[in-house]
This record gives sequence, C-alpha cells and structure tokens, in this order.
Amino acid sequence: MKADRRGVLAGGSALAAAALLPPGCASSPPFPGALSGPDMARGHRLRDGRFPAPDGPAEERVGIAIAGGGIAGLAAGWRLLEAGFTDWVLYELEDEAGGNARSGRNAVSAYPLGAHYLPVPNREARALHQMLDQFGMVTGRDAAGAPRFDPTQLCADLEERLLWRGKWQEGLYPAAGLSADDQRQRDRFFAEMAHFRTLTGADGRPAFASPMAYSSRDPALIALDRQSFAAWLAQQGYTSPPLLAHLRYASRDDYGSELDAISAWAGLHYFAARRGWAADGQGDSELTWPEGNGRLAALLRNSVKGHIRTASPVFAARADGAGAVLDRWDQQAGRAIRTRADLAVLAMPHFVARRIAPALGAAPAFSYSPWVVANVTVNRLPRGPGVPLAWDNVSAGSESLGYVVATHQTSSAGNGPSVLTWYLPLSRETPKAARELLQSRSLSEWQGIVRNDLLTMNPDLDGAIDRIDLWRWGHAMIRPTPGFLNDPARRAAQSLKPPLLLAHSDLSGLSLFEEAHYRGVAAAEAALRALGHSFTSLL
Amino acid sequence: MTAPTPDKPQASLAFVLLLSVLVVATCGLIYELLAGTLASYLLGDSVTQFSTVIGAYLFAMGVGSWLSRYVKGDELSIFVRVEVLIALLGGWSAAALFLLFPLVSDFRLALYGLVLAIGAMVGLEIPLLIRILQHRFAFRELVSNVLTFDYVGALVASVLFPLLLVPQLGLIRTGFVFGLANISVAIALLLILPRSRRNAADLAAALLVTASLIAGLFLAERLQRWSEVAFYQEPVIYARSTPYQRMVLTRRSGDIRLYLNGNLQFSSRDEYRYHEALVWPVLGRVANPAQVLVLGGGDGLAAREILRDRRVQRVTLVDLDPEMTRLFRDTPQLAALNGHALASPRVSVHNADAFRWVKEARGQYDAVIVDFPDPTEFSLGKLYTEHFYREVARLLAPGGVMTVQSTSPLIAPRSFWTVATTLEAAGLSARGYHAYVPSFGEWGFTMAAHGAIPPLAALPPGLRFLTPQSEPLLYQFPPDMARRPTPVNRLDNQALVRSFAEEWGPYEG
Repeated sequence: MKADRRGVLAGGSALAAAALLPPGCASSPPFPGALSGPDMARGHRLRDGRFPAPDGPAEERVGIAIAGGGIAGLAAGWRLLEAGFTDWVLYELEDEAGGNARSGRNAVSAYPLGAHYLPVPNREARALHQMLDQFGMVTGRDAAGAPRFDPTQLCADLEERLLWRGKWQEGLYPAAGLSADDQRQRDRFFAEMAHFRTLTGADGRPAFASPMAYSSRDPALIALDRQSFAAWLAQQGYTSPPLLAHLRYASRDDYGSELDAISAWAGLHYFAARRGWAADGQGDSELTWPEGNGRLAALLRNSVKGHIRTASPVFAARADGAGAVLDRWDQQAGRAIRTRADLAVLAMPHFVARRIAPALGAAPAFSYSPWVVANVTVNRLPRGPGVPLAWDNVSAGSESLGYVVATHQTSSAGNGPSVLTWYLPLSRETPKAARELLQSRSLSEWQGIVRNDLLTMNPDLDGAIDRIDLWRWGHAMIRPTPGFLNDPARRAAQSLKPPLLLAHSDLSGLSLFEEAHYRGVAAAEAALRALGHSFTSLL
Repeated sequence: MTAPTPDKPQASLAFVLLLSVLVVATCGLIYELLAGTLASYLLGDSVTQFSTVIGAYLFAMGVGSWLSRYVKGDELSIFVRVEVLIALLGGWSAAALFLLFPLVSDFRLALYGLVLAIGAMVGLEIPLLIRILQHRFAFRELVSNVLTFDYVGALVASVLFPLLLVPQLGLIRTGFVFGLANISVAIALLLILPRSRRNAADLAAALLVTASLIAGLFLAERLQRWSEVAFYQEPVIYARSTPYQRMVLTRRSGDIRLYLNGNLQFSSRDEYRYHEALVWPVLGRVANPAQVLVLGGGDGLAAREILRDRRVQRVTLVDLDPEMTRLFRDTPQLAALNGHALASPRVSVHNADAFRWVKEARGQYDAVIVDFPDPTEFSLGKLYTEHFYREVARLLAPGGVMTVQSTSPLIAPRSFWTVATTLEAAGLSARGYHAYVPSFGEWGFTMAAHGAIPPLAALPPGLRFLTPQSEPLLYQFPPDMARRPTPVNRLDNQALVRSFAEEWGPYEG
C-alpha cells in the first residue's frame, strides 16, 4: 500500500499525500463532554448480589411498593393516585426517576437522553389520553370529542429529511433514482400496510393496536410472529434495496434491531398500528419537547411527588404469606432496609426482576439492544443542499439514525445555537458483543465517531461543534424477536398473580412509551383489585 | 555536457531549482485546495466536490507527467514557460471561478476545465526538474532531494491553507499570492541563466503575468463584488453575511435596493407605497396610537411612517438581526431613507427572535405592525401561525388594530388568504387589502382587530400614495385575487409554507 502510493507519487508530486486525507480522517480534536449512562456500579452490584441482607425485622410497612421508576413504575403510581389510593411508595435505583425518558440540560437547551417523542396516541390508549389531558396538553375538543393538542407541544417543523445521493430531500423514503420495480414494490408495500392498518381480526379487534395488548389474537395474525420480518419480506417478494434499507431504518429506529432479528408481527406493528386520535388532522403528528420524553417523565414525577425514593435499589423481593417483602439498599444511609407491603409491583426490566425475585423462575432472559445517544451542542444550525433543516435528519449512507434538533419548536430565527441529539443502535453485533464495545470505547473515541458521522452528513458543521456528551444504554430496548408474542417466559410474566406483579414494556416486547404506560396502569389496576380498592378501569 | 566544475552560478542554479521544487509543490497543492473549497462553497456537498476535484487534478497530473516524454529541447526554458503558465492559470483560478459562477450556464465545465489544465501543467513540473537536475546529482541523491522538497512543500501548503490563508487572505487573494510565488520561480531562473540562454520574450511574458497578478491582488475586494453585481445586475454598494442572512445593498442612479438572501426587500423608488399601505390604514383607525409595536422591519422604514404621527409616544421595534438595525441606524445614506427613525428617542429597538419575544412580552399596544420576510421556510412559517397570532392578540389593546405583511394576493392567493383565515382562527376579525408596488408587483396585507375593524378616521396630510378617497380601493379584490377557503396555518401543519412554495415555485423557476 505504502509502496504503491510512493510509486504513483514518484511520477508526479507528493501533493496527493495531504490532499487525499479527507477532513474527517484527521485525528479528531477532543471536545468537552461527558461519558455517562445508567449507574453501572449500582446495576452490577445488584447483578452480582453484593448488597448485604438487612438485619432484623421489616422496618417499614406500606400498602403497595413499586420497585423501579421508569415510565411503567411512574404510570403505575399515577394510576394509584388517580384512583385515590395513597398508601404506596416507589423505589428507584438511579438518582432520578424517568428511565429511558430521562433528559439533560445545558446553557443552550434541554435535550433527551433517550426517548424523544410520543406519537399522538390511538383512541384505544384511554389511560394515556386521560394523562395527557390532565397534563394540560389538550386545549380543546372537536365535535366528535377528539382532543385538540397544544400546537407548541407538537412537532413544528418539517418532520424529517433524508440525505440521499448528496442532497437532502423531504421524507425518509428515497424519492429519486428508483427503478420502476423499486417504485412498484414501494407502492405495494405501503398499500399492504394501509390494508393492515384498517384490518380487523376474527375476534373483532384491530389487527395491530397500540398499546399492543388491544391487538387481535386471531391465529392467522399471530402466526406472523413465528417468522422474522426479513423472512416475511422475502416470502412476500420484497427485494427492492431502497425498500429494505428503509425498513431496516424503521426496525432499528423502534426496536434497535436488524430485520432478521425481529418478528414479522413486530415489523408490521411499526407500520400498521398507528391511528392517532386527535382533532384537526393532528393524528399523524408527534408530541415532542426540547427535552424529549423527559417532559412526560417530569410531569409524571411531579404528579406523584412525595411517593418516590431515589437512589434506593431494591435488591430482593419475595412473596411472604399474604404480602410481599422487599429489601432495598438506601444509598444515602448506606444500609439495607426491609419493607413489608401488601403487594409489590416490580416495574423494571425483566432481566433485573429475575435477579431480585428468584420466584420468577430461571427462564432465559429476554434480549435487549444497546444504544448510544450523543447530545451535540452546536453554535449554529446545520444546513446542506436540498430541503432545509428538519426536526429529524437522517442520512441514507450512515449507520447512525441521524439527529433531531432540540430547539426546533422554540425559535423562528433559522439559525443560532442548538443541541442535536444523535442516535446509534448497536444492532449489527450480538447484544453481548455490542455491550462490550459500549464499555470499551473511550469518550474521545465516541466523540470522534459522532463528529465524523455528523460532518459527513453536514460538512457545514465543521467548526460549529462546541461539545459532545455521550450516553450509553447497555439494555436500551427489549427486542421483539420472532416468537416473542407466544414466548412462555413472557406469558408467565404477564400472568403473575399478587402479591408480586410485574410492570414493564418488556411484557409487551416493544420498548415504547405507550407500552410502558399501559403495563404500569394495568399493574396498578390489578393491585387495586387485589386490595379491594374500588375504581373504574381506564383500560 | 562534461562534468560541471562547481563554479558559483552552477551551484546557485542547483539550489534555486531545488528550492523551486518546494515552491512548486506548495503552489500546486494550494490550487487544488482552492478549487475544491470553491466548488464546495458554490455547489455544496463538499465531500463530493473535494473528491471529484482531487481526482480530476491527480489524473491531470498523471497526464502531464506522461506528456513530459514528448518534451524535447531546452528543458530549463520549457520549465520556465510552464511556470509562467501555471502562475497565470493558478493565480487567477479562484477569482475566475467566482466571476464565472453567475455568468456561465455550466459551471462544472469551467471548473473541471481549469482543474485539468492546471493539473496537467503541474504534472509536467517534477519530471522536467528531474531531467534538468539529473547531471548535477547522483541519481540516488537526486530522487531523495526532489521528493524531499516535494513532500515538504505539500505539508507547508496543507498546513498554511486552512490555518492562515483562508481565514486571513480569503480564497481570491490566496490564489494571487501563490501565483506570484510561482512566477517568482520563473523570474529567478531567468535571471540566473547566462544571458545567451535567456529569452527576452519569456521574461516579458513573466513580467506581464506578474503585473496582472499584482493588480488582481489589489483588486480582490472589487472582484468579489463584481461577481455579486453579475447576480444582482445592479452595482453592489454593501454586502455582508450575518449569522441569519446575507445582506446586499445595491444602487443604480439613486435607486437603493436591499436584498436579504437574494430576495428584494425594498426599492427606495417605490417603498413609500408599501410602507404607507402597511402603516396608515392601521394608525388611521386607532383612536390614540400611543404605543406601537413593530415586529420585523429592521430597515426602519415602517418606523419612519409611524413617527410622523405625533400621537405615537413609543415605537417598540423587534428585529432578529442586530447587524440590520445597526446598518440602518448608522449608515448616513440608509438612515436618510428612514429619516433617522432608528436613532429617535421615541423608538426602542430589541434584537430578538420575535417568536420568543412575544411569548415573554407583557403590556398593551394600540397598533401592531407585523412585517416579516415571506414564509419561505418552516422557521419563518412559525411567525404566521394561529399560535403566534394568539400571542400577538394578547399584546393588542382593546380597540387596537394590527396588520400583517401577507405576500402577493395575485401570485399566491391561497397563501395570502391563509393569513386572514389564521388570524380569524386566533379569535380576531380580519380583512385583507392590497396595493401595487412596482418593484414587487401586486402586494397584500391583512388587517385584524379584536372586534369589528373600525372605520378609517383620518389620514395625515402629505402622504404620496394614500388619501381618504383612495384608501377604500385597497379593499377591493378582483376575481383573480378574491378570497377563497384555506386551511388554518398551525405550528403542527405549517400549511402556509407549503402553499407558498407551491404558488411561488413557478415564478422563481
């Protein structure tokens, strides 16, 4: 290689040597920033069972104990208060509740650390609609009763643009350079999805619903779960490379997984479950905020104020007679504390729940995809040839999912500082290998990767990056692998009986806000029923 | 040739030749970087531009090297001629490409033609130098010397270009400076050569090229403006890029025009028509317009009209770009256009994003003048939404009247009437009107108030366009501009940006 280049240069000049290095290949300058993520020390201490058991009898008594303060746990607490039930406490491992919906903030803007939007929910998501209304996001209703959402809390920009063949275009599907066959396959695929969207199963339920628990159980539809999405696509004759690339993007976007790693049912759910219920054509829009779903997490935290104990990992939970016993580590006091509850809701990922509650059985853990999220503070907005900046900006040539613009709702200036949130699901490797990668790469290595990817999409950002903060999610998303709908372990987890209940989007197999919310509300209602507290179901 | 005795002129010739390898290598890379940078600057997509320019350039160098086998005769004087040619082409390359960009129909043809020509010449240099020097050094030493200087030159150029040259000199001047470096190699060689081998015509050509490069260096600033003149077709008297926009002022026989991002904002010939129509139908309907809010309008021309009304105690003007308000306050020629309105003690200027400013603002205004650029982008589209008008309505006093610049009702009737529909959705009553402004064409505005829009009470004397008799005509729309049903422009549908692009698209080609 070296000799070859010398050979070429000997005939001419050495000019090439310097010129051939594109700007991105130079060793990247270090940026200010931090490498953070969920508290691995606490998580691993829990995994390794290194918390000491509390000495003596239970010190505390409570009606319902919720372990885990992600969206499912917070939604469970919200539901309890809605029903007028106040004798409950939520224990959270981290210093702040919110799970994947947590957010950060700097002098320029707030920004998401994970989930960053909520599609306008379907009509069947009754509990979620009630919560959004209560949080002041609904400004009115149309004649049919459909909610009119506050426009300042919806996407207020071009929703998405795609860098395709050197130019930004509107939408995420390539619009140019498609062969006649590409176009036919695209039209056929989306027509088929439109059909699935309105399809009803033999049981009268929608084929695909959100939350997914409302979906039809028609065996003909459930059968879709037996094969991978990739296999289903091949079987249906979908071979168009731009179509498959687009579907791969979608699969990685919602599930952090490749097309052959997800069930066909889950792949179709992405395209066929969404029927947002709102006035004025807002049904296709997204609720979003500078801090992403951090807004929803903060409003949920605020609505259950006084019930949350942070930095309190629950490390053991078991049924004990008619009630439950939970051991937790109190980080501040530096000791273990035992609580007796009438009922416990384990609102945590299943791989954690299995460790702290051995009664759940040793079934193989579900599998999770790791993600990296970078928040890139820039002193001017990205541009580029073609359509102007959108909320969501994706490059067809990049392994990342592109970036969203945190300030897109709050400014009309067309320029100025902002925070770009950049997403990368590590879906090519096995989750285990990806987690090792996640741990082994340094901050500056990640910053170099993020910078090079951004500058390849937007060379105009050269010199505009002020800092890059990295957030690593080792177990970001449950993977809806083929067979997940009928996975016996998931079925067992769904049908757990008091005094121990589970609440997490893991039970749905889809890592989505709607699912976490539904599972939280469902667990809370099951708990209320078990304790004989009267209420009207929101499900 | 017998083995040369190491006399003085021979030794210095070898040294100058080796030094010239360094200079030539540096210049060659600089021209390549200039072409790549210019191409990404003018055409966008720098990855593509850089890689195709570098590819074409290296290929051309290969062609040049290959062609060197056909070069026979006095290598040294041919080398000098090559240097003169490179100095001319390379030195002028940046300026020429800037000037050509707006003039030629296929800019890529000019770009790659120039890149190939320079590349081929540069490709000739090293083979020729090696041949010239082959009798002065052992082959081992020769290759080592030439390639060392060549590589070092490349390093010098690649470090200087981004760190010093582009920020300090700019692209056009950088071209001329390195053209001069190239030509000085040619002249130095000509001077060192014994008189017998010196060609008078070569020296004359070299001096001529030197003169053109020096002239170019001093005219660089003007060259840059000429290239914008080609775009604007009028002499440019001021041009500046701020973080928000490219501002260009032109003047032709007393007509001053302001362009923002290439879009005409006003012509001093007829702006009175626009600004009288913008301001007086509003002020003429308000009983006591003591407090007036202007959103946009950083040129101060609306403020000038408002200040003519002695009842007005304070004008609050909110414009995004501090450079804009500074220019129209401090430049005598421009301040004369707005009657020094921006320096008036009755005017307070806030440089802020109006979308954020109205959200925080308190107080009541008797009249509100909304004068934003057309909704060409989603960011600007936010300033025409129901949500924004609700915020403005909160600031509008009971009995107050507001107006909104609403694009052309003739070219874009749906967009124009969308503003009225949206103001009505925000709970106001709205009324469209229009005026003919020659430099714009038929132009529209939308008036709004909390209740019914009050009748015109009075207009000041001395207006050039509006009189109590002509004002009612503004509200009459022939069928081609007549009101039609439109959607409400909301933050979450941005309907106006879409209809605006559809309706204006055919006019902008």
